[in-house]
Amino acid sequence: MNKFLLPLVAFVALIGLLAFGLTLNPREVPSPLVGKPAPAFSLPKLHDEQIMFSPQEMKGKVWLLNVWASWCVSCREEHPIIVEYAARGVLPPVVGLNYKDKRDDALRWLLRFGDPYLLSVADVDGRVGIDYGVYGVPETYLIDKAGVIRFKQIGPITRKAMEEKILPLVKELNQ
Amino acid sequence: MKRFCAVLAALCLIHPALAREAAPMAEDPVVEERLVKIAEELRCLVCQNESIAGSQAELAVDLRNEVRDLIKAGKTDRQVKDFLVARYGEFVLYRPQFKPTTYALWIGPFVLLLVGFVALFSYLRKRSRKVEDAPPLTEADRKRAEVLLKESQS
Repeated sequence: MNKFLLPLVAFVALIGLLAFGLTLNPREVPSPLVGKPAPAFSLPKLHDEQIMFSPQEMKGKVWLLNVWASWCVSCREEHPIIVEYAARGVLPPVVGLNYKDKRDDALRWLLRFGDPYLLSVADVDGRVGIDYGVYGVPETYLIDKAGVIRFKQIGPITRKAMEEKILPLVKELNQ
Repeated sequence: MKRFCAVLAALCLIHPALAREAAPMAEDPVVEERLVKIAEELRCLVCQNESIAGSQAELAVDLRNEVRDLIKAGKTDRQVKDFLVARYGEFVLYRPQFKPTTYALWIGPFVLLLVGFVALFSYLRKRSRKVEDAPPLTEADRKRAEVLLKESQS
């Protein structure tokens, strides 16, 4: 009996480790930017290309930077949730980063699905996306009053992520 | 049919061009060579088992351009890699740095190998001792063995 105990324990431990590994999502690579200042940029607004926007303007506010694109399929899954929560007035200001998109397509997309954004900026060549470590749209950054990234949602914001992560953190950061 | 053959011939002509990895643009060959060398060490986050050098994902194309610009700006290989690690995390490095968080990754396999060897040797020693310590055969045992051997022969 004793002879089998050790291998059995080792086997169960291995199975436990592998089972835990299966529950992880390999696409979710933790961002090194969480806890660091949001990278600076200056990009033209989507609705008015003459006016530039920089994250500096949001200093003193808790805000969300939501990376989206008209060609992005899972953005359509996420968008109604942002629209809904923004309409209920529970969301902080959301700035849209329109990533590698065509302006006309982007504007049409907002008309069709609703525009919950304070404003959107156009990152046509994706350079700002690289600075933010974007690798799969949609991605969302929660930025605090001091301009530090406090949370990153990789992939679409689900109702669960909104209720359990984003909104509680927004509340905490606003205190 | 003729048309089909023509298309097939055309496809055969295209194929070698498509198969090449990340065809370097007609630019400074020294820069391109360094680009490929660095890019092969970097993981593409979209297709995670492909390098930035090999991936056709749009992000990989962008990152190759970014790396090319950094090389042209006179950055060292180290600085280029740090640039990407700062944005995408250590995960982009196929060869992670040797530091406390990666000790298990680097040393773990050798530790497991060592444990295996220790277990193997201790088992073998125990087994040979068991054979040596076995009591010598008695006359009765010998007779029984003879009988059994004969039985199996007939």
